[in-house]
Amino acid sequence: MRDRLLAPALACPDCDLLQRLPVLPPRGRAACARCGCILARQTTSSSDWPLALALAAAILFVIANTLPLMDLSVVGRSTSTTIAGGASEMWLRGDPVTGVLVAFCAVLAPAGYLLCVLALLVAARCSPAPAWAAYLIRWLRRLQAWSMLEVMLLGILVALMKIAQTATVETGLGMLALGTLVILYPAILQKFNVHEIARKIVWTNGATPRAQGPHDRTSDPAQ
Amino acid sequence: MTAATVTARSARLVSCRSCRLLSRPASFERAGFCPRCGDRLDVRRHGSIQNTWALVVAAAVCYLPANALPVLNTTTLAGTEGDTILSGVAILYRSGSWPLALLVLIASVMIPLGKLMSLAYLLVTVQRGSVQGARDRTRLYRMLVLIGRWSMLDVFVCAVSVSLVQLQPLMSVTPGPGVFFFASVVVLTMLAAEGFDPRLIWDSQEKQPIRHG
Repeated sequence: MRDRLLAPALACPDCDLLQRLPVLPPRGRAACARCGCILARQTTSSSDWPLALALAAAILFVIANTLPLMDLSVVGRSTSTTIAGGASEMWLRGDPVTGVLVAFCAVLAPAGYLLCVLALLVAARCSPAPAWAAYLIRWLRRLQAWSMLEVMLLGILVALMKIAQTATVETGLGMLALGTLVILYPAILQKFNVHEIARKIVWTNGATPRAQGPHDRTSDPAQ
Repeated sequence: MTAATVTARSARLVSCRSCRLLSRPASFERAGFCPRCGDRLDVRRHGSIQNTWALVVAAAVCYLPANALPVLNTTTLAGTEGDTILSGVAILYRSGSWPLALLVLIASVMIPLGKLMSLAYLLVTVQRGSVQGARDRTRLYRMLVLIGRWSMLDVFVCAVSVSLVQLQPLMSVTPGPGVFFFASVVVLTMLAAEGFDPRLIWDSQEKQPIRHG
């Protein structure tokens, strides 16, 4: 709590302006004074919610990736597919590069992202948070841009509309799980604050950072 | 908020892109790595303008074959037929779901083109050292990062179609050469947007007094 009151200085990631965050009211947001970039959100104080949601998302992720999304039937013949099936068929039918891309954006990146969130939430419960959590923050930022579950869901719906003209398509349980996941991912993000966790992390030299002015938070003494 | 307009760079500080820790590097030219999370520290992303230009040009080159070549080949008993992105939109439109047709048109044709033009505009204004409209240009950049991912839509549509419609010999779908180029356009523009450093937009302001409004 004390850390929050000390209002650490930060530089806006979009325009590099140095500023101090005010103490935010619940559900309040702070925007950069110069470019309007959202710098911080005050999340609700309970730390159990994001972990519960992330665990639910992990279970749903397994379901969404194992059960068929939909079944297609024409004159007595039928096929079904999963998310990973889309990627592997793309590979097998002549376009391996796109297959790998689909697998990365629709399976690997969302999975890695969720694992990072889970590990970070567990790390945030330790006091002080372990140093490895900082590396996860790095991965979290990189994976976030490539995790495209919601785009995948929309893609499936469009494909469904196209195919539904020529054949009977029935949605499966995997589709339901995917739909729920698409809602859960932003919900977790809303309730969890990476920068709050970052401030609890022990540095590589073993000391806990003190959230103070920029001149106190200088570089590693080893450099 | 404070009215002072001191940037991290003018205070000889570097902000970490991942964990936002401010640190004072020993050497400003080679800032090294973040003491907390180990990410690379850059006062301004190294070679940002050159890299972004290269990626934008590469994406623009791929844009033409992406739209001209078929993304899906449908084989039925009657023969094989190729579908480009635009003919896919036409199929959706004719089947009565015009909102979906519009959505695919926006995601696959307009967003990539808009991204390429916007990135070129941002690069040109940064290189010319434009002062005006920095706030709007930063907003444009944020929007590019936000909506860029949605152009993956058509790649996913193809992947799902290919994996589902495998009813040999009645009907089967295979990916066409266009889908590779289209996926390249999406990935290259996403990398270009990620490689662009929005702080460059604001660097030309430092010589002038900054107005607040």
